[in-house]
Amino acid sequence: MSTESATGRGVAATQPGRMRSLRAERLLDIAIRSIGPVLLALGAGALLLLALGRDPVTFYRAVWNGGVASGAWQDSAISMAPFLLIAAGLTVIFRANIWNLGYNGQFLLGAALVSGYAPSLVTHVPLWLAFVLLFLLSGAVAGAWTLVPAVLKARFGTNEIITTLMMSFIGIDVASILIKGPFHDPTTPLPQTAVVPFDKMLPAIPGTRIHSGLLVAFAAVIVVHYVLTRTSWGLRLQIMGANPKAARHFGVSVSRLIVVSFFVSGFLVGLAATADIMGLWGYIRTGWNPAYGDTIIPFVFLARLNALAVVPFIAFFAVLYTGGDLAAQQVNLSTDFLYVLVGLILLFMTVIEYFGRKRDLGASYLSPGLRQSLLSGFGRRKANE
Amino acid sequence: MSQPSAQAPPLVELRNITKAFPNVLANDDIDLTLRAGEIHCLLGENGAGKSTLIGILCGLVKPDRGLIRIDGVETPIPSPRRALELGIGTVHQHSTLIPALTVLENLMLGDSRSLRLDQRSARSRLAELSAQLGVEIDPESKAADLALGHQQQVEIVKALWRGSRLLILDEPTSMLTPQGVAELAKVLGRLKESGQAVIFITHKLHEALSLGDAISILRQGRLVGEIDAAELTTRSHSELRGEIVRIMFGEEARTVGGVAELREDLAEPRSTRRVDEDAEVVLELQGLTVAGEGSERGIADVSFVLHQGEILGIAGMDGSGQRALAEAIAGQRRASHGHVFLYGGEVTRLTVSRRQKLGLRYVTDDRLGEGTVGVLPVSLNLFLKRVGEHPYWRHGRIQRTVIDGRATELVREFDVRTPFVTTRVSTLSGGNIQKVLLARELSFEPKVVVFHKPTYGLDVKTTASVRELIRQLAESGGAAVVISTDLDELLELCDRIAVLSRGQLVGTTTNGPDAAERVGELMIAETKTAAA
Repeated sequence: MSTESATGRGVAATQPGRMRSLRAERLLDIAIRSIGPVLLALGAGALLLLALGRDPVTFYRAVWNGGVASGAWQDSAISMAPFLLIAAGLTVIFRANIWNLGYNGQFLLGAALVSGYAPSLVTHVPLWLAFVLLFLLSGAVAGAWTLVPAVLKARFGTNEIITTLMMSFIGIDVASILIKGPFHDPTTPLPQTAVVPFDKMLPAIPGTRIHSGLLVAFAAVIVVHYVLTRTSWGLRLQIMGANPKAARHFGVSVSRLIVVSFFVSGFLVGLAATADIMGLWGYIRTGWNPAYGDTIIPFVFLARLNALAVVPFIAFFAVLYTGGDLAAQQVNLSTDFLYVLVGLILLFMTVIEYFGRKRDLGASYLSPGLRQSLLSGFGRRKANE
Repeated sequence: MSQPSAQAPPLVELRNITKAFPNVLANDDIDLTLRAGEIHCLLGENGAGKSTLIGILCGLVKPDRGLIRIDGVETPIPSPRRALELGIGTVHQHSTLIPALTVLENLMLGDSRSLRLDQRSARSRLAELSAQLGVEIDPESKAADLALGHQQQVEIVKALWRGSRLLILDEPTSMLTPQGVAELAKVLGRLKESGQAVIFITHKLHEALSLGDAISILRQGRLVGEIDAAELTTRSHSELRGEIVRIMFGEEARTVGGVAELREDLAEPRSTRRVDEDAEVVLELQGLTVAGEGSERGIADVSFVLHQGEILGIAGMDGSGQRALAEAIAGQRRASHGHVFLYGGEVTRLTVSRRQKLGLRYVTDDRLGEGTVGVLPVSLNLFLKRVGEHPYWRHGRIQRTVIDGRATELVREFDVRTPFVTTRVSTLSGGNIQKVLLARELSFEPKVVVFHKPTYGLDVKTTASVRELIRQLAESGGAAVVISTDLDELLELCDRIAVLSRGQLVGTTTNGPDAAERVGELMIAETKTAAA
């Protein structure tokens, strides 16, 4: 600990020049940390394709053609809606340094209820009201599904990674039971719900094929970003995320905040279910589990838990997701190759994080607690780092 | 004091020791000579490089340059194990004894030479060493039941266990009662006679002068002064004292004159302010009982009153329930029984922020762990106890310009050295982080402030300014509770001193000429009855 003289003379003086260069430096760090892993993963993916005897140029061009060119961007935009809503939900809870890994169960449970009630609801109440009710229903159900892990964590400090995962498995099975049981469409032997008529689905944004669920998603992202960065609630969440002990010192009611942030996270995941079912599919079948959350988690971290910054990453992934299907077929590969790319992004993100820590490239993606659990796999580091 | 013959090489010689850590040169070309039968005092502020030097001697830190000679032979110390083999034993500042084990078990624990636990020879070794030190140690008592001074004696025995020639004591007196210090001095005398070399690390000048045979002064990693045995015997202490202060602090010497460690006469009563007995009672605790958390002790049935303008000290060794007491007053922890009154109104059930608004503040000792959020800027850290309050938040929306503006004023007022108010608080030095805490708790009409180890780990200059702030608070009509394990600090600051022991207040004494002895007696009496 050196003495104060080293830390600078001008007390809180405004030194715009130094400030600006600091800011530029930080932006560069952020760029390296955020975009670096994506570029490296695309590069490594290309090498992998070469090794498999495929032409990477053909593959990436096919991704572009299938995900962006000649109106295909609209398909990508449609797939963005659930991605963005789940990303917003995860951003909230990760900011609190809590792992909500039960998004699959929360999403499917919401989707099952929406698919079950939507066919009758859209015929009995005004359509706009039906949409509002369905969004609220799926949000509330998914939010409620987080309450068991939330209360266990708030009251007994139970590790939420395990409880949310377990609740997720239960949720997936409950959704399946609902689809086969009360919500089963009697007109078909297939285990699925009745299909919502096409004209009763979420309306398209004028002039496009994109359903208005995307607007809901953007609105949610903006609200989440505002709440997290500008309000006292967001600050309390950040304090708790940084250090629960400090939160208690500053008079934050930690247990209540845990429960509320869990519910908000689940609620946003639930909104994704309505956007996806009412915007795209119109029904649900057992065994269907798109696991959107699993694929977008890396992007939530690449966006450094910033709800707005997640948008370009999700857009990028939506293109890959939409165009990748066709591209994989063109080069005669399984569509699972997309998950290899996502895995590579995660890998490079961790590698850059690791070396970044060593060189201390400014801020990290992760709050200290999350970072520690993520990096503990590298072993051999001092406990106090 | 035995003068070693000029021919025999000194026991340990350090030559040109240099060690750099990122951004700081911890040791810069240090030479040190340690002789058998000599107590060598190492003086210096925090960050002067004492710990690094000790780390090098016990094999924990590898120097970048320089060499170590033992008995005139160049001997590298690559590991703590090697240091032990060479006869270098260390007593660290904080106890390394395992509380649940007996003294004997603790001592055998450090000796892994054979697999079998040899109780009989351990017992006789302990008897031999206690005779050498002139102390009585019961091999069967649990480490947890020993008073701090006795724990330290066990630590010394442990360091000597495998035949030590150089004993390193890292700030051994920082938590001892005056009686404990006197006993330690006796033990050191015996060690000297038996030809041990001792390194005695301290930042208390009077101890260095009365105990040391030689004094070395470190400042910012450099050896800036040496006083040898001849000088110590021929020159008067007050003369030497003045010189040491000048060496330690250079041109800053004048501003640190008020710090207790540097005072001319330590027996003189330091608190001359008299608090009016009839002054208004601002804080009252009635039978406050708080459960402990984990291994941390709670408090039981604690009652006291605090008058306006008064500074009440809470003395006691670490882990006597200080944290539970502080947190219960601050509102961070719920009391199971009892009441807290602020200006006669009950606040027992109020939240942290309500109490904060009423002027009841808490300066925590855990500055990094709970007192600040490291990733947030200095400005926000100054307002973390008023999150959501007008005018810094409006309709839940943060008003950054208002916050930054007010933060800039606070930073100036409390002399926080930070490049910008938007700088992350974790990049500041320990002293400046403490100033951030003080700025937060002592702004916006503070009335009653609980200070928990307010100067722990701070350099002398910051310590002086923190104590001045506490005095100012009391003089301007506020009142303070100062919880500290540093008795000298309490003697310097407080009007009354209460002793907390095993979660209970065992007595209160008015500060005065013999307060140190009375506090020491209260602490000792309590441990004796508890052990019986």
